[in-house]
Amino acid sequence: MVSIVGAATRNERVWAALAEIPDPEIPAISVVDLGVIGDVSVTEELVHVELLPTFVGCPAIDVMRQQIGKRLTELGVADRVEVKVSFATPWTSERISAAGRERLRLSGFAPPVISAVDGLEELAVLPIAECPYCGSRSTTLDNPFGPTLCRAIYHCANCRQPFEQFKRI
Amino acid sequence: MTVATDEIPLDQPARDALAELLLTVADDEFVIGFWDSEWTGIAPMLEEDVATSSIAQDEIGHARALYEVLATLTDDDADRIAFGRDMDGYRHAAMLNHARGDWAFSVARRWLYETADAVRLTALARSTHEPLAQLAGKMRREETYHRMHADAWLRRLADGPPDVQARFAESLAALWPDAQEVFAPLAGDEELQRHGLLPEPMRALHATWQAEVRPVLAPIVGDLPTIAPTTDGRTRRTGDFRWLHGQFTLVSGSEVGATW
Repeated sequence: MVSIVGAATRNERVWAALAEIPDPEIPAISVVDLGVIGDVSVTEELVHVELLPTFVGCPAIDVMRQQIGKRLTELGVADRVEVKVSFATPWTSERISAAGRERLRLSGFAPPVISAVDGLEELAVLPIAECPYCGSRSTTLDNPFGPTLCRAIYHCANCRQPFEQFKRI
Repeated sequence: MTVATDEIPLDQPARDALAELLLTVADDEFVIGFWDSEWTGIAPMLEEDVATSSIAQDEIGHARALYEVLATLTDDDADRIAFGRDMDGYRHAAMLNHARGDWAFSVARRWLYETADAVRLTALARSTHEPLAQLAGKMRREETYHRMHADAWLRRLADGPPDVQARFAESLAALWPDAQEVFAPLAGDEELQRHGLLPEPMRALHATWQAEVRPVLAPIVGDLPTIAPTTDGRTRRTGDFRWLHGQFTLVSGSEVGATW
């Protein structure tokens, strides 16, 4: 009984620690809200964290892996910490939490479009983004490629601001 | 994380065939990524500086992930595979030997490569080698953006003024023979089929690609010859690639084994 309670507490402590680790490229959002944390298993011997890259070539992944490893080692809940990059569950933009979407918006990024259609092809004809500054949908896609792999560049016709969208993937 | 441990271990011929397949796909992505990165700062417009650089970064990232799958299989090191070979050790398709050329040439090559890569990725996503199938599934989602970009530029140049149309058609025709080599036969083709590592043979993927691209290309460049991929399609090398190899191994070669 004691060990079950212990395990539950360890698990909570691990998730709480992960929730404090920011995305290196968009620090307003945590790795948990970004949805890049997959399976987490915690025993006395080992904390295992599965890390799901937003984009395969994302250079922030190594930084995330180091930060998670360092933070969980400091936490001292297990003898060993293992952070493994995995594609077993592909990261999709639907993995960003509601709180994460709101934090993105507050820091000037339009969250990715949520669509009932599974497929990216419709983006070619109807790229939608809601301006993070004024909320208008009178926006145009300037460039589906932006300053990092996961961002696209838009322009708002209403408040005349350029802004970035976290790409749908 | 649950790892499938009940897989039947592959015998040596199957492992060799899989290693060859992984190396060809990784080298294709690696080399086209480096050629595209040559446009950073000098593309015809700022938007394209950003787009081409982003696409190049995607491709090199895909290569890195594929080299890691290969390194796990062969107990090697991904960086060693990427940067530690002499130029004859690379297995990219002949189309990727050529220098970036002008913008029309780069767009033509990118479109031919993206369409071929899409056919190949669809097959790889069904591979029985789980790490490869999972990675290919993820890569396909990203490549959708590359396809949109390549299709948009194909239309833009094909519908451009006569001199643009002519230069674009010339590039497509010049690249056509070497483009077939993305589907060059692999020594381990039969092994790959036997184990479902590549669910369809290269010649079937080649046929699928031809059926897809010929109707698009015909109005732009006219009838293109039927050319079968060749056995040396992934081993022929050029002076252009010698130069590129010198560029991308410059830093790693200057201090072997250095880390930062």
